Amino acid sequence: MMSLIIGIGVALIVVILYLIFRIGNLVSLVKDEKAATQSRNRTHAFLLMAFMILSLIGFYYWSYVHFDEYVLPVASEHGAITDHLFWITMAICVIAFTLIFIVMFWFTYAYQYEEGRKAAFFADNHKLEILWTLIPAVVMALLIFRGLRAWTDITGPASKEAEVIELVAQQFAWTARYPGKDTELGKIDFRLIDASNEFGLDLTDEKSYDDFKSQTLHLPAGKEVLLKIRAKDVLHSVFLPHFRVKMDAVPGMQTQFKFRPMKTTAQMREETGNPNFNYEMACTEICGKGHFSMRFPVVVEDEETYNKWKAAQEAWLKQNPDYYDKYVPKEKKESAMIKSGMSPDNGSLKQVELKTVSVN
Amino acid sequence: MATIDTHIPADVQHGDHEHDHEHEHHGNFWTNYIFSQDHKVIAKQFLITGMAWALIGGTLSVIFRLQLGFPDANLEWLRPLLGGWITDQGKIDTEFYLALVTMHGTIMVFFVLTAGLSGTFSNFLIPLQVGARDMASGFMNMLSYWFFFLSSAVMFTSFFISTGPASGGWTAYPPLSALPQAMDGSGLGMTLWLVAMALFIVSTLLGGINYITTVINMRTQGMSFTRLPLTIWAFFFTAIIGLLSFPVLFGAALLLIFDRSFGTSFYLSDIFIGGEALPHVGGSPILFQHLFWFLGHPEVYIVLLPALGITSEIIATNSRKPIFGYKAMVGSMLFIAILSFVVWAHHMFVTGMNPFLGSIFTLLTLIIAVPSAVKIFNYVTTLWQGNIRFTSAMLFSIGLVSFFLTGGITGLFLGNSAVDIQLHDTYFVVAHFHLVMGSASFFGMIAGIYHWFPKMFGRMMDERLGSIHFWVTFLGVYFVFFPMHYIGIAGFPRRYYSWTNFETFSSFADLNMLVSIAAIITLSAQFIFLFNFFYSIFRGKLAPANPWGATTLEWTTPRHPKHGNWPGEIPHVYRWPYDYSKPGAKEDYIPQTIPYSETPESNLPHENELIKLEMEGTGAIVVDEKKH
Repeated sequence: MMSLIIGIGVALIVVILYLIFRIGNLVSLVKDEKAATQSRNRTHAFLLMAFMILSLIGFYYWSYVHFDEYVLPVASEHGAITDHLFWITMAICVIAFTLIFIVMFWFTYAYQYEEGRKAAFFADNHKLEILWTLIPAVVMALLIFRGLRAWTDITGPASKEAEVIELVAQQFAWTARYPGKDTELGKIDFRLIDASNEFGLDLTDEKSYDDFKSQTLHLPAGKEVLLKIRAKDVLHSVFLPHFRVKMDAVPGMQTQFKFRPMKTTAQMREETGNPNFNYEMACTEICGKGHFSMRFPVVVEDEETYNKWKAAQEAWLKQNPDYYDKYVPKEKKESAMIKSGMSPDNGSLKQVELKTVSVN
Repeated sequence: MATIDTHIPADVQHGDHEHDHEHEHHGNFWTNYIFSQDHKVIAKQFLITGMAWALIGGTLSVIFRLQLGFPDANLEWLRPLLGGWITDQGKIDTEFYLALVTMHGTIMVFFVLTAGLSGTFSNFLIPLQVGARDMASGFMNMLSYWFFFLSSAVMFTSFFISTGPASGGWTAYPPLSALPQAMDGSGLGMTLWLVAMALFIVSTLLGGINYITTVINMRTQGMSFTRLPLTIWAFFFTAIIGLLSFPVLFGAALLLIFDRSFGTSFYLSDIFIGGEALPHVGGSPILFQHLFWFLGHPEVYIVLLPALGITSEIIATNSRKPIFGYKAMVGSMLFIAILSFVVWAHHMFVTGMNPFLGSIFTLLTLIIAVPSAVKIFNYVTTLWQGNIRFTSAMLFSIGLVSFFLTGGITGLFLGNSAVDIQLHDTYFVVAHFHLVMGSASFFGMIAGIYHWFPKMFGRMMDERLGSIHFWVTFLGVYFVFFPMHYIGIAGFPRRYYSWTNFETFSSFADLNMLVSIAAIITLSAQFIFLFNFFYSIFRGKLAPANPWGATTLEWTTPRHPKHGNWPGEIPHVYRWPYDYSKPGAKEDYIPQTIPYSETPESNLPHENELIKLEMEGTGAIVVDEKKH
């Protein structure tokens, strides 16, 4: 019933609009067409001018008043540099935009049609052309120069002391893998992935024994971090907005991004005045229906706390003793036991059985 | 020039003779309106189909804007339209949301702004403005439309299958688009998408070959390249770009089909999905991105250049001034056309591509800003000291320059790899390309319709409705896309169904609502245009022969040009198309068909010397005609 009433209402409005249009048409037949065109012309010239003035005022006002709401605080070393470059570009763009905008709409106002006036026959001017080819070229050269220097630094090789962390993407979750005490990530193979071995750890590689999994990305402040990124199923993309970090996760190809986080979560809470502030990581490459929900919490601590946290983590192998029994080669069992921090009697299935018994 | 006429199809060639009028009436409804080989009819077919697609594409965007602007609203009332894609809670299904985004992109970029824009205006204007009776091959031209129609039909069908249309983004990046396990839309929907795209490419190539051949071979006597209107230059470059880049997309799509259906591993490697490891190894998803963007970036200019060409023509005509820097305009288009092939990887700075490549592409990308800036300066200078008439077409052209400026300038951020790290795949990108490529090209298309409607249908569109249409759309577009810059700077990622999962992104609900409301109003305003368009076809005021006082050849044809365009001999061309407000001339424009010998009062010194050549030219054509 309601939709019927709405339908009739809409139909009535359409009919009324059509009638207005028809009446307007008939009236215009009587009116002097030249005068009508003239007045319409004046109206448009005026409206375009008004549009220019109001939109520039609106743009500047909004940007000034709401500046802080839109600018994410920066928390990484290179982020400060790219932000600086961003604001240089912004200054150039806003100046150029404002000038051209004003000139264009001033022209449309100043040179609106007048009966009997003749436009200038101004078809060419080489000096002008060369001038406004050169000016943008010089500005571009400046931007390119600064941009490339920053880009080369950001994408250059990481230092040897960098903290290596692996991020693994899948539909629709992230996991992080830390290399453990040996600071080297163990080999992986996608064919070894199963419900428990979600990294596809290759347990014939000794480096994998002390690797551990984390559901939160912990980062040390002030230390260089090298993210090694991969995906299991489709493309994803690591996006750490506060650190100005973005890099795709590609199945079959490891990608990486190095950066230096500068502010701990606590410092950032203080700076933003938001006691609930948290760093976050998002996915920015379309990956399926859960694309928008791939949130990964990020915690930045000072180095001491970070190291303590790391030391307290259990190696993946220790958490999955049945894999120790099944996949670790005999000659490496001892080293696996030591590296993963298992006690000699907790490696085997017996331990699990014991636990079950005790629960009962 | 004796060779010109030999290329004209036999039935058109008769146009030179008396009995051509009888000949025209012999065609029946099918050959005249459906399987027509007349470029004007084919242009209208492209136009109407393009408009239908634009309406569909626009509606899709409003549906997903409802979700973004009003995340808590109950959309149960859309169930009659969307059926099962509305969940039991009255929300849009999260995967269908991606399908909406994907189809909106595909439809707008390819079906509206490539076929609808190039297909319409290249077809309509090239023969009329270069002085030809029809395209080089009318039959291929007809095929071009019908392949497009077939492609449209396949793409449209994919809306009605149970797994839904393709939903992996208009860029169709594998593995997402290659694996039906990854999302429902990558099943049959993606197959139909690929088939439709393959057909679409065939259509584009058939059209493009025709445009190029016609421009090169079928210009009338006196129509040298330097006397071509800028529209023709733009269509010419566009067709060349398309001819060189679309086959690469065809290749990319073919390899994707192989990967999907025949077990190859061009793009797939090391994948564990749905609880099993797939056998694919050795492929690279990055390869697809390179191939896709090798078309994808030139595609931006395929979409934009025709709009810029149309605008050049309209701004010059309505400012009553020659376009400023004709040669610089052609030069910058040529430069853009060449550079468009070597900037594609700026879409891929953070895909894991070698960073050194990133440096090279930053350099090349920012260079392309120079010819673009030159074009804007030249447009603005054309307005200077003009005598500007704000026809609807002119208003939309000014709107185009405004969008081209607003959206183009933000390319300086995105083209610079270091700055792009943060902005990549955020709403900043969405704002950028919707303004510079989407809205600007759309405005070019609308401007073209208003301007050439009198030639297409012999009647005028209503200028008052046109004005209302312009102002609502112009402001609407700015309100839709300008706020997106702010949202993008704040880091909002693209293609997100909702942002509430993230503390960082969960603010700005009000801004998103504003954008959505503006989008709804903008779409509604297009119905004013549709009414104006269809009403004017039948009831509009009768158009005079040359309603805008323009210089180009199409306005020398009869009000309703028949197949063959000119009833008698094709007019000769004696001057460039921008002799507006020439000092000394009686009128404020001199058509291209007026010889210098008839305008001694306004000739420039070097033009007086051309008078002698004009005489020789006329002699030559007489000899040619005797040969037939």
